[in-house]
Amino acid sequence: MSDDIATVTEVAERRLNMIEAINEALDIMLTRDPDVIIMGEDVGYFGGVFRATAGLQAKHGKTRVFDTPISECGIIGVAVGMGAYGLRPVPEIQFADYIYPGLDQLISEAARLRYRSAGDYIAPMTVRSPFGGGIFGGQTHSQSPEALFTHVAGLKTVIPSTPHDAKGLLIAAIEDNDPVIFFEPKRIYNGPFSGYYDKPVEPWKKHPDSVVPEGYYKVPLGKARIVQEGEALTVLAYGTMVHVAEAVCKAKGVDAEILDLRTLVPLDIKAIEASVEKTGRCLIVHEATRTSGFGAELSALVTERCFYHLEAPVERVTGFDTPYPHSLEWAYFPGPVRIGEAIDKLLKD
Amino acid sequence: MADPADTPPPASSQGAGNRPALSLHVPEPKFRPGDKADFSDIQIPPAGAQPRPDESVKPADMAPLAYGLVRVLGEDNKAHGPWDPKLSPDTLRTMLGHMALVRAFDERMFRGQRQGKTSFYMKCTGEEATSVAASMALASDDMVFPSYRQQGILIARGYPLIEMINQIYSNKADKLKGRQLPIMYSSRAHSFFSISGNLATQTPQAVGWAMASAVRGDSRIAATWVGEGSTAEGDFHSACTFAAVYNAPVILNVINNQWAISSFSGFAGAERTTFAARGLGYGIAALRVDGNDALACFAAQQWAANRARANQGPTLIEYFTYRAEGHSTSDDPSGYRSAQEREEWPLGDPITRLKDHLIALGEWDEDRQAAMDAECAERVKATTKEAEKNGILGHGLHHPFHTMFEDVYEELPWHLEEQADQAIRERIAKFGTERPFG
Repeated sequence: MSDDIATVTEVAERRLNMIEAINEALDIMLTRDPDVIIMGEDVGYFGGVFRATAGLQAKHGKTRVFDTPISECGIIGVAVGMGAYGLRPVPEIQFADYIYPGLDQLISEAARLRYRSAGDYIAPMTVRSPFGGGIFGGQTHSQSPEALFTHVAGLKTVIPSTPHDAKGLLIAAIEDNDPVIFFEPKRIYNGPFSGYYDKPVEPWKKHPDSVVPEGYYKVPLGKARIVQEGEALTVLAYGTMVHVAEAVCKAKGVDAEILDLRTLVPLDIKAIEASVEKTGRCLIVHEATRTSGFGAELSALVTERCFYHLEAPVERVTGFDTPYPHSLEWAYFPGPVRIGEAIDKLLKD
Repeated sequence: MADPADTPPPASSQGAGNRPALSLHVPEPKFRPGDKADFSDIQIPPAGAQPRPDESVKPADMAPLAYGLVRVLGEDNKAHGPWDPKLSPDTLRTMLGHMALVRAFDERMFRGQRQGKTSFYMKCTGEEATSVAASMALASDDMVFPSYRQQGILIARGYPLIEMINQIYSNKADKLKGRQLPIMYSSRAHSFFSISGNLATQTPQAVGWAMASAVRGDSRIAATWVGEGSTAEGDFHSACTFAAVYNAPVILNVINNQWAISSFSGFAGAERTTFAARGLGYGIAALRVDGNDALACFAAQQWAANRARANQGPTLIEYFTYRAEGHSTSDDPSGYRSAQEREEWPLGDPITRLKDHLIALGEWDEDRQAAMDAECAERVKATTKEAEKNGILGHGLHHPFHTMFEDVYEELPWHLEEQADQAIRERIAKFGTERPFG
């Protein structure tokens, strides 16, 4: 984007980074709804390891925002019980990589509760968790496990890519009466990421989507965002990879239509169909490992529903099927070279 | 005979230097099929021997209660000692009536499964007091998070029998729309949480409910039931940690019925310590109770409820009892344990003991007992016939296909709409109609 836009809007508009936007959404919901409760490891007095809950305990009190034992099973299990009581818990799992001890409570309990009790009980919780790599977090602080959750009937999975959406989607998730997995791409907490890791980091304040309205607003779940319109191909991405794909298309001068999916379940299939039917070519980009990743689902859906509009096989660009490495992080990361190669292949004929 | 697993391996496979060879201990129950069952090694203190501390006692001072056994009903059929809840004869008769109804219900439903009316059933024979008597010590709006063998709570809370049977038959009147395995009941109106089937998951949920009640300044408490085998699950330990950390108004009831399907309690750690003693490690008040003594079950639950309601925190109660029948309709206990165990069990039968107590009080007799048993059996039989009008499993009287897709989410997303269309197309292709029979 040009600096002109940033300069013009900077005066009139409030700009937040993604952490500030999330913090504001939580603050608003704690204020609006006495049922909302925030809990997690280090989220209370300290305000969270990424500062997402900074100041909230001081403002809303220790019984609304509090620290928990280091027990993801306990955090999610307790949140199920709180939901059954009538509260609307917003537990934080400190890193998505730590969520696994809580999986049974998420998959067998929270996701199934409405169904198995025929609506007698629900689990209206929003599980926030930083995910994704690009911060030298090694294999235990870098994973993107979204496909484990999109595979579970009864869960919704939401991944914002901008401060504006992070606030609006988080408010919508908290108000939603189904359990929502809310993955926050930690690489872009403080600024969008082009994927050119050797270039200087850009802060959010230069990005148009860091303009975050004050007060309450929602970005509806299940609606994709058209990041840019284009004719040559459709890019389906979410989280950090929206920005990486955008930067690569710009660098290559490709007239791409980029869709930020924002919600994986429920998926905005109409937006995907409309775009792919227009461009005839589809590139799917995610940071998670490739095999059985969400890209496989997207690829299958596009092939099943848009086959006669396709002019080339669907391409997937993903992380490799290895644990997330530490020193070789950028060799793992689906960066500009891997995306560029896939675009060339898609546009070959 | 020495357990081969306890025998050290030959010297040739020993470790380096002079270190002795290690050996793995694999627990083995005392009796297997064909063995004579002898429970004379179980320590059973006389009724009335255990002190009853004030509900504000520190958990650290409860060790004798976590390793002993709270008992009220003695061999003389009289109530003894400070744990006697001093219930009125009317209340005792009500308790006995609920327990008798549970047993009659179990008998009939088990038979129904054998007759092909449903897929599965689980009896609680011998454990009736642990759910009936214990839950009668709670307020009716205290929230319970049961496991799968607490049908006694629903019966004690007056849940209609026909709803239980409709659920077991998964028929068109099943309130859970035929989605759950039989006996996995749910009733918000009876403050009875949806039963999972995954084990011990309900324990941290009960703690969370209790925490929420405390956050709100409510006066209701939560209680959960879990089998001794399931206390090995991480969820149980998360529950204990959270209950202790937040001093949650919750009661953790551990039903030690000695068997988890075919695995004896040693596989949950019973060879080393009691289940009640686990509470002490967390700083949770702990009681170990004769689970076949309805008065002791009531008194312990009442003590724990008083403690929770006074903001004194959680209690873990171990009910020492015996699973008199198989785990479910799917296993044959004669394949893994001595058939003599049930008869030799030193704590008797909970219904017989309560009945004998009422008779000793001059408030009951065998004729009235026989009449009550007959009335229970007749009531269950009549209700079963009524429920069968709504269908039995697999005979077509089920909920419409579309209900399969409802309640996955609050609203049907597009992909479930598409799949519902598919299911209904398949139905029309097969039966020529969208609606089920009836």
